Amino acid sequence: MNGVHDMGGMHGMGLIEHESNEPVFYARWEARTFAMNCLMGAWRKWNLDASRHGIERIPAAEYLRMSYYEKWLTRLEGLVVESGLVTPAELTSGRPLPGSARAIPPVGAEQVATTLGRGVSPRRDVTVAAKFQMGQRVRARNANPTGHTRLPRYARGKVGTVDRDHGVFLFPDTNAHFLGEKPQHVYSVRFTARELWGSQASPRDSVYIDMWDDYLEPA
Amino acid sequence: MPAPPVELATSPGPGPFASRDIIATTMAEHDHDHAHQAVPSDLTLRVKALESLLVEKGLVDPAALDALIETYEHKVGPRNGARVVARAWVDPTFKQRLLAEGGSAIRELGYGGAQGENLVVVENTPGVHNLVVCTLCSCYPWSVLGLPPVWYKSAPYRSRAVIDPRGVLREFGLDLPESVEVRVWDSTAELRYLVLPERPGGTENLDEEALAALVTRDAMVGVAKVTAS
Repeated sequence: MNGVHDMGGMHGMGLIEHESNEPVFYARWEARTFAMNCLMGAWRKWNLDASRHGIERIPAAEYLRMSYYEKWLTRLEGLVVESGLVTPAELTSGRPLPGSARAIPPVGAEQVATTLGRGVSPRRDVTVAAKFQMGQRVRARNANPTGHTRLPRYARGKVGTVDRDHGVFLFPDTNAHFLGEKPQHVYSVRFTARELWGSQASPRDSVYIDMWDDYLEPA
Repeated sequence: MPAPPVELATSPGPGPFASRDIIATTMAEHDHDHAHQAVPSDLTLRVKALESLLVEKGLVDPAALDALIETYEHKVGPRNGARVVARAWVDPTFKQRLLAEGGSAIRELGYGGAQGENLVVVENTPGVHNLVVCTLCSCYPWSVLGLPPVWYKSAPYRSRAVIDPRGVLREFGLDLPESVEVRVWDSTAELRYLVLPERPGGTENLDEEALAALVTRDAMVGVAKVTAS
């Protein structure tokens, strides 16, 4: 979707506020929100891409107003209701419906370290032919899907060069909508700064963007 | 509990959404002097209510939440990445493996795991400077750098790092000569990027641990260089 989250190349966002020695979390609610988001994923009612899309579906003006973890909180409230883990009435009241069954959390405290240590890779160990070769000139498709995509607007229609092939990964555009993993190659594609931004950009600089096969066509 | 103030748009796409009253933003519960982290006064209550609901329904274990928070506040952070960098500076064969296959090289040091599974390490040299961003959100190599700082996730950094990297670097105090090539890595997929900074001059006599102490988080994102002091 052409959301406000896709902000590469935008102007008017202000100066970067760098801070030395900032805390990992500024308040306890941020820490609890972070951890609840991570652990609720273990119910597998949604996946990482659907979860990212949950942030992108926050209305644009709200997205820009909210702090990072307020977005995470809003996303989690949305996903637990959409997935049926929690009813709208329960979310509003803060209490389980009378007589509702109590579940067993899938990740206990003693499993946190091993779960994190294992990680979750969206890399897929399947043989899929690569559509493009290293060094090949490619064009990022001019596509404007209304759902989730990881093809940033600033790259669409631009020509770059395949710098490396990262192997096969599941495809977020379908996975986010529970339409299958559609595993395919992901490449690092080098776009010159001048191709992306015109003649005011440095002739030496470039941006490397990770692109799935379905985002590219031969140039 | 207060009702959630915002509902997500229907998926796919930015469809209509039922907006409820937006709760006024106040600084009332703001416990840190940090202007862009303004906290609506009811966020603490909303989070407490959601947690108690999820705990009562047996959907989440509060002790597991504690353990996860403890991990990212005290165990996983940029010191991991600093040790990776220092090892690469003193051990050329490790450096070779790190640049060829970052994910498995960091596992040798025990830093595998969440958001470091597919790590790509990019090397700074006298002629090339690398900078990492996630324009779409906040992708970041957790297993070696911990959770990203606010500025990395902020609109100013995400919007400008790709179109004006040199201006961004100047804001961080790093003025690169035009002769240096800048490579920006936009983390749009599941690869995670770590910058291998240049080893500063005058550090020939330092051991690995002393070298690691010089390496900063900012240098590993590419917004700073490592200096000898």
